[in-house]
Parts: sequence; structure tokens; C-alpha cells
Amino acid sequence: MSTVQDAGRLSISAGPVSGGPGRRSRRARLLVGIGLGLFCLVWVYPFLWVLSASFKEQGEIFGNGLSLLPETLVWDNYVRAWEQVGFSTYFANSVLITVATVALIVVRSALAGYVLGRCSFPGKKLVIGIFLVTFFLPEGYTIIPITQLTDSLGLLNTHAGVVLGLGAGGHVAATLLYAGYFRSLPGELEESARVDGAGPITIFFRVMLPLAWPVTATVIILQFLTAWNAYLLPLVFTLSQPELRTLAVGMTSFVGEYSTDYTGLAAAAVISLLPVMLVFISMQRHFVDSIAGAVKQ
Amino acid sequence: MSAPTRLPEAAAPPPAPAASRRRREPPLRWLRRNWWVYLFLLPTFLGYGAYTVYPLAASWWYAFLDWPGFAVRGEFVGLDNFTELLADDLFWNAFGNSLLFLVVAVPLRVGGALLLALLLNSRLTPLRGLFRTLIFLPVVTTGAVIGVVFTLILDAGGPVNAALVRLALLDSPVNFAANADTSLGAVIGVWVWKWLGITMIYWLAALQTIPPELGEAARVDRAGPWQEFRHVTLPLLVPFLVIITLIDMVGALNVFDLANTLTGGGPAYSSEVIEIFIYRTAFEATVPQLGYASAAAVLFGLLTIGLALGQALGVRAIRRRSLT
Repeated sequence: MSTVQDAGRLSISAGPVSGGPGRRSRRARLLVGIGLGLFCLVWVYPFLWVLSASFKEQGEIFGNGLSLLPETLVWDNYVRAWEQVGFSTYFANSVLITVATVALIVVRSALAGYVLGRCSFPGKKLVIGIFLVTFFLPEGYTIIPITQLTDSLGLLNTHAGVVLGLGAGGHVAATLLYAGYFRSLPGELEESARVDGAGPITIFFRVMLPLAWPVTATVIILQFLTAWNAYLLPLVFTLSQPELRTLAVGMTSFVGEYSTDYTGLAAAAVISLLPVMLVFISMQRHFVDSIAGAVKQ
Repeated sequence: MSAPTRLPEAAAPPPAPAASRRRREPPLRWLRRNWWVYLFLLPTFLGYGAYTVYPLAASWWYAFLDWPGFAVRGEFVGLDNFTELLADDLFWNAFGNSLLFLVVAVPLRVGGALLLALLLNSRLTPLRGLFRTLIFLPVVTTGAVIGVVFTLILDAGGPVNAALVRLALLDSPVNFAANADTSLGAVIGVWVWKWLGITMIYWLAALQTIPPELGEAARVDRAGPWQEFRHVTLPLLVPFLVIITLIDMVGALNVFDLANTLTGGGPAYSSEVIEIFIYRTAFEATVPQLGYASAAAVLFGLLTIGLALGQALGVRAIRRRSLT
């Protein structure tokens, strides 16, 4: 695994390396490994702590120092969070809103990206200009007009309102990713489909969109994270409808309404965090490549 | 992100003939053949127009209104909101906290991420994939949930205090999130922890663009690892440094989820950032002031635009320098 030039790279002990991976570089390897291992243990300790706290007795959670092992496994914390506090409803809301938002963004960005990437049309420069100007618009800046707009559409305190709020605007990056990909495809694809008598809509959905699967996967992953973790907009949009809360918003209400049920809180946190972490761990290669790829653009 | 090049379009036959013929074709006939272009753009026009472009403009309009949340419409009051805002100590407090957040948290995140990326980019480091995954893990989690969880972890009876007291770094436990002296620091610390992993991935992507031959050449010239970093790696990373810093700065202005759940801006406004100020004024106050909050949002937006412009100028300056 390590060759001469590898061993020299950034090694702490390095100095002029001559004659292969010596004992010295192997020891440096071990030291770096142990150091990073300890660092990572501290890094993920909060997750381990909350997982352990979710199984503890109420009085056991504080004052037990750093110990991670509960004395007995208290499953009741989960039962309370899931049934009594309403995390079953919050979970269903989060799933529904996330799926709908991601679908909306994929369809919208793919259509626009296809046109922007492959056609020239009057107004194209204007569209791209507006995209770039609004690229970094912070959420805190737009939340008041968006809330007013949603209210006048009669969609405040509905699932549809939250989905539109999260997915209808913004997300320029997804559109630009599609545009870049579609631009790189050869033109013969559409030509042969057109010879077969297919119209632009058929060509797009039957030929182009399936070809763009790598981009779609990236967009799904990134938007899944954004939608699942969204907080400000779902909070404002569901202020007077507790049964529409998502998991993120539900956590806040937990603090307000059951402020001393710390173990139930920990269980609720695990319920909220576990799905997104499992998705990440099972698809982590793709996650990291998506982000790195989107940055290189 | 750059403007699309013309080249591939000309190389792609089917759309290209339509495009080149367009100049000879009357616009109406072109439109009749290519109407679907606008059909495809329709969802973006509607959604983006209503949920991004309209709010951008409407905030400015709202900023000139006296608009208590219960009223259907606001009343035009000119610049009153802005003059009131500039005399509002709580606004300046929030503005200052947001700036302090930028100045402290962004360098910590960018610098810490670079250190870890350099370590994880080295072939010498074992288990690189595992370490990368673990450091990245907080990035995917829900900010609002993390904020709540850390109220427990940073509690006086929580594990952080237990560790600090045992290591004799602290005489008596402190409830970090609920103490006016430490609350902003707590938000900064948790934010850096949560987002460092994604900046590390940016840096790893940047490091991958450096051809390994350069390092080899440096080593042939007997350059030590520090010299190699200082004279070979670092100069090549500067363009990335500008972009990564500005991405992270914009991120540092979007901390509502974490800050609101960890401290709620308190105690006594000690950790209130601009977003919490806006949220509190517009949605949480007993008499919501939508116009006043919008004026604060507009000033906040100007700050962001300033940062984005800074990025554009910085990138352009570096591109120009690397071309010559």
C-alpha cells in the first residue's frame, strides 16, 4: 500500500526517505492512526451518548459521568416519544414532505436544466443571470414574503404549503448540475429518437432523463438531506397546526411541552437522526462523491 | 457555475440546427416549432418566480411598511423602520453576534477542515475511509435536533462538564448553553463540529486536483514535508481557499436551526443572531412587526450580497492572475 513516494507525503517523521517503508514510517502510521482514532471517538461521542441516554432511567441520565452503558434497557422512552408525544405523526409528516419536495425539485430542475443545457432560446442569459444573483439568498431573508404568499394562496398550515415552500424556489445548484450534464451528451441521441417520430416531451422522459440518472441520484441525495433537515420554514408554516409538524419541528415542541422528560427527548432525537444517518452510511460513497463533484463544478 | 460555453451546443446537431436557423426564421415560426422550450421552463418560472424572485423584491417593499401581523395590509411609512432599526440596541446586538460568528467560526471551520483533509489525504494515514465517514457524520444530521441534544450534552450535569472537571480544566460545572458568557461560544462550537466534515470534503476535492508529480519533484529537490506544503501545496490551494471560505461564510449566516434550538438566542439575547432577531420580531412577538422584521432582513440580505460579490471579485482576480 505504501510506496516510497507515499511514505514521504506529509509524514510527520519523514525527512528524506530512502529505501522503502521503513520501521520509522510504519510507526508514524500507527501514531497517526491512533491519534485520529481517538479524535474520531470524541467526534462521534455525542451520538453515542444520546443513543445510550435514550435507554436510561430518568434519574440516570445526568451525573453518571461519561459512562455509555445504561444499567437496564428502558424501551419505554421510545414508546413515550413515539405514541404520547406524537413522533409517529411527525415521522410520517417528515417522510411525506421530504419525498414530495425531492420529487418536485428533481422534475423541475431536470426540465429546466435540459432546456438550459441543450437549447438556445430568447431570454436564456436573463434566466442564468437571475439564477446566479439568487444563488446565496439566505432563508431568513425570504421567509416573511414566502409566508405571506403561502397564506394568500390558502396553503399555510398544509403539507402542500410546506412542500412548495421547500421545493418550488431556490435550489439553483440542482438545475445547473442537470444543465452541465445534458450539455455533455452527444446530439445523435435526440436525432435518432426524432427519426422514430418522438416529440420533445417523449424524448425527454424516455431518453434523456433516464440517461441523467447519475445527476438525479446526486440531486436526490443532496435534496433529501436539505428537506429532511429543514427547520425554519416548516416551523413557521405549522405554528398553529401541531399535527403537521415534521421531526425537526417536533423536537422543539418536545422541549416546550415535556421539558423534564430528558430520556424521552433522547429517544425522540434517536428516532429523528437514525433514518438520515442510516441512509448516509449505506450510501456514503455516493454522498461524498456527490458533494465533491458538486463543488468541482 | 460558470456561464455555459457555446461550443458543445454547436457540436450537438439536433438542437443546434434549430438554434442556428432561428436567425433566419421569423420568431413566430420558431416559437411554433420550439414552444416546448418554454413549457419545460414553466415550472421553474412559476416556482422560482413566486418563491425566490418575488420574496427578494417583496422584502424591500415590506421594509417600508408599518405592518402589525394581524392587519391584512401594512401602511407605508417610508424609512421609519430603518431609522428605528439603526437606533435599536437589540438589532445591533444581533448584527454584532452574527459578525462575531463569521469572524470566529469560519476560520475555525476552514482551518480545522484543512488540517484534517491534509492528514486524510496522506497515504500514510490508515483507515482513511472510516475516519472520513466519522468526521462527516454530523453533517447529515438535523440541525434542530442537534441543537436540542446539545442542551443536554452541554448541561452542567452532562458529559462535557463531567470530562472537563475530571481533567481539572474546570473547577465547577457550567451550563454552557444557558450562561450569558458562554452561550454564543457554545453555538459556534457546535456549529463548527456539525459542519466541519463538509468543508473537509471540499478540501479533499481541492487536494485531489494537485498533480502528485509536483510533490515528487519537490521531494527530489530534498524539500521537507513542511517546505513541500508551504511552497507547493499551499499556493495551489489559494483559489480554493477563497471559494471555500465564502461558501462557509454564507453557511455561517444560516444558523437559525442550531441557534434557536440550542440557546434560543438567550440568555438575555447573548447569543441572538440576525435570523433569530427576524424570527422573533416577525413570528414570535405578541404583536408581530412584519415591516420592521423585513427591514432587518433587507439589511441582512445586503450583508449576504456583499459577501457573494466579494466571492465573485475574488474568484475573478485569481482567475486573471492564473491566466497571465
